[in-house]
Amino acid sequence: MFEQLADFIVFEVSGMQAGTPVAQSLHFFVMDITKIFFMLVLVIYLMGLFRSFVSAEKVRNYVQGRAEWVARSLAILLGAVTPFCSCSSVPLFIGFVEAGIPLGVTFSFLIASPMINEIAVVMLFGIVGWKITVLYILSGMVVAFAGGIIIQKFKPERWVEDYVWKIHMGEAQTLEQDNSLKARHRYALTEVKTIVGRIWKWVLLGVGAGALFHGYFPQEWASNLGDANNFLAVPLAVIMGVPLYSNAVGVIPLAEAMLLKGVAIGTTLAFMMSIAAISVPELIILRKVIKWQALALFTAIVTLSIILVGWFFNSIL
Amino acid sequence: MIEVKVLGSGCKNCQTTQKLIGDVTSENGVEISLEKIEDMAEIMSYGIMSTPGVIVDGKIVHVGGIPDKRSILSWFKSDCCPADDQCC
Repeated sequence: MFEQLADFIVFEVSGMQAGTPVAQSLHFFVMDITKIFFMLVLVIYLMGLFRSFVSAEKVRNYVQGRAEWVARSLAILLGAVTPFCSCSSVPLFIGFVEAGIPLGVTFSFLIASPMINEIAVVMLFGIVGWKITVLYILSGMVVAFAGGIIIQKFKPERWVEDYVWKIHMGEAQTLEQDNSLKARHRYALTEVKTIVGRIWKWVLLGVGAGALFHGYFPQEWASNLGDANNFLAVPLAVIMGVPLYSNAVGVIPLAEAMLLKGVAIGTTLAFMMSIAAISVPELIILRKVIKWQALALFTAIVTLSIILVGWFFNSIL
Repeated sequence: MIEVKVLGSGCKNCQTTQKLIGDVTSENGVEISLEKIEDMAEIMSYGIMSTPGVIVDGKIVHVGGIPDKRSILSWFKSDCCPADDQCC
């Protein structure tokens, strides 16, 4: 459907010759833009409806007091489906600590949440197909699971700022909220408006960059990148990705270009994960509740797990 | 005067929420005193974990994310038009 639309606009309306770089880029751009926006609206709406049933407070209640592996699995699943504004990290962290949830589980949640989000999943699915999307989700979960366990081994409780232990959360009052389906529908619509309103520029920019690569990526670069598919490529990609900060949306078209030009899947996935999982702004926010030793450890462990996952995919695919 | 508090650590969403509440209420002639709470201990004392949260006269009316205009008006319904459902 989207391909026909792009065919129509590029070849029939503007009358371009198939096969030229300009036409190739434009065709790719039109097809991806329409497809991605269609899917974004649909998925954000559905997730909005779903999210009107799940809140951080409920997540906490589900996770609290469970056996550790159950708690961790729940935290990761819930982290994957409930993106939260990074400014909520602090209250969330405190809330989890106060509920007696082990810090390692909280970190699993904090790793999973930014890495797996519906927008990244839609973009990946739209641009590179479902197989890599599934791989990406699975590897995100693995990193969150393993990362949380390893962090726990270092007893990170000793680095939590003192005041955090002293905060007492009030009993959550029952929220006097409109729970009708109509109100949930309104909530979901607002979500679509706010989120699409915020990211549309980045989607355009990202897909635009991807489209340019599609038509104009020099072959010599590709062979250089192809040579880079050795053991060191994964750590290099990850080390490049960690300081970069993007909400996974901007990086996906770049990832597509990398894949297209022969960079290995593991290397590409590792690059994407490293950009999404760790961001300096989030570290600065988390610094309010936990000392820098813990944050350094967090960064190191997540980086290492991502590298391992990258190597793993490169070796099996 | 209705007391409204926006709970949040000062992120974009919290600022937008605060502005939206101010705009919607002044458009509809609802008099409120709007306060921003950034102190984490105080935010947590309401038992909420996702910001922004909104408290109207001591009651939590909204948690997490930016509220839509209709919801905002519904918090003040009895003050702008108690009988008529259509006016807000």
